[in-house]
Amino acid sequence: MSDRVVIVGASVGGVRTAQDLRRLGYDGDITVVGEESEQPYDKPPLSKQLLLGKQSEADISLLGEGGWDAIATEARLGVRATSLDIDSMVVNLADGEELEYDALVIATGVRPRTLSPELTELDSVFTVRELRDSRALAARAHLGPVVVVGAGFIGAEIASSFRSLGTEVTMTEALSTPFARALGPEVGGLLTDLHETNGVNLATEAAVTAIEKSGDLTLVRLVDGRVLEAATVVLGIGAVPNCEWLEGSGLKIEDGVFVDAGCAVLANGVGPHAEGVYAIGDVARQVDPSTNKDYRVEHWTNAVEQAHVVARQIVDPVAVPEPLKAPYFWSDQFGTKIQMVGRPAEATSVSLHHFETAGAERTVALYKNAGRLAAAVTLGWPRAIAACRKAWESGSSVADLPAVLADLADRARSAAI
Amino acid sequence: MRVTSDLGRCQGYGNCVAIDEKHFDLDDDGLVVVLEEAVSSDELPTTEEAIRQCPVAAIWLEDSP
Repeated sequence: MSDRVVIVGASVGGVRTAQDLRRLGYDGDITVVGEESEQPYDKPPLSKQLLLGKQSEADISLLGEGGWDAIATEARLGVRATSLDIDSMVVNLADGEELEYDALVIATGVRPRTLSPELTELDSVFTVRELRDSRALAARAHLGPVVVVGAGFIGAEIASSFRSLGTEVTMTEALSTPFARALGPEVGGLLTDLHETNGVNLATEAAVTAIEKSGDLTLVRLVDGRVLEAATVVLGIGAVPNCEWLEGSGLKIEDGVFVDAGCAVLANGVGPHAEGVYAIGDVARQVDPSTNKDYRVEHWTNAVEQAHVVARQIVDPVAVPEPLKAPYFWSDQFGTKIQMVGRPAEATSVSLHHFETAGAERTVALYKNAGRLAAAVTLGWPRAIAACRKAWESGSSVADLPAVLADLADRARSAAI
Repeated sequence: MRVTSDLGRCQGYGNCVAIDEKHFDLDDDGLVVVLEEAVSSDELPTTEEAIRQCPVAAIWLEDSP
């Protein structure tokens, strides 16, 4: 068993790893390195509950009572890891400190993509990834119109939050259908309706060519010549993994760090393993042993699951990892819960199914590939996503699912009578 | 041990159901339903995992009265 675990990254993956190690009885040293000086916090509320003032910063803390002491963990916050030496098993920090490890967990996550580095210098242009972003945006709701660049999940949640705060919102999307990039045009259309019904202005086929300040206004210039005037601009155009610090380590880096089912890092992408090095969460590109395809998943549940896997592997290196779980994701927009399981990009066809239960309309999109469920998206029906998740993990035929869902709707109707 | 829930916190994320079908379900409004309160020692690891996977800490264990 390892005597010294170093975890680089103090978000949900990193903190959960430390907590799970202690729970599994690990009694060596644990050090967590975090780039931000803030104490660890949960990120999903940044674009939702925290922005809306429904949760406080204390509510979203990731550390339980007793803080770091309760999990006997040394925290190095406000300092970046700058390089890794996998032969001497040392992590170098920006302040010159060298941390030796027996097990290293890379949990450095992702950072938002930006249009150009100069843009982030503008005081009215934001991305959403850190506590300070959410704090700053909450203080700007009353300043006037918001332009959200990019119709993805973060952008959609930001638009929803600002609309409920009474702010005028325009969302721009380079493609012809908003939200289609991740979910395809069918579900993209449903979400477009949801946003338009709630007063979001949508500008499609509207790639942004420039963003500039003009007095108090920020001008967003679109490819077709239109100019949007905003008080605040939020970029929601995807994220890139934080793995530059690993360049020079000898590990293969290609939009993430390659790991096996047990989250052990594969030095050159297929093997051999880099001794004692693991990666989890948004930064990890995990190879599915059953298909040999690799995936990087930017979801909360994935980070928590992988933290559990990696803690178990560190405590018991010969443990056989469980099969990969279904990727699962949720988003809250305009009071509608949007939930997704699986991988929509792997589907060859999509069908929409509408149900009515107890006066509420429920929509399920089933994404299929060769008779199997590639993915499912539900709007406003958590019970159905649970059924779809089970179907995805069991690999059962997608043909049976509509009947299962209809049965759920029936039972809900009769329960309501 | 027995399972307790707080419906005021539950957001219908459903991670508990995906992990521990014996103790958890969701109702049609997406709120957690505790199917069986009692958790035996055999079942404890699975139920604890379901509790840890709740993003909003809406479920937890208490000592049986």
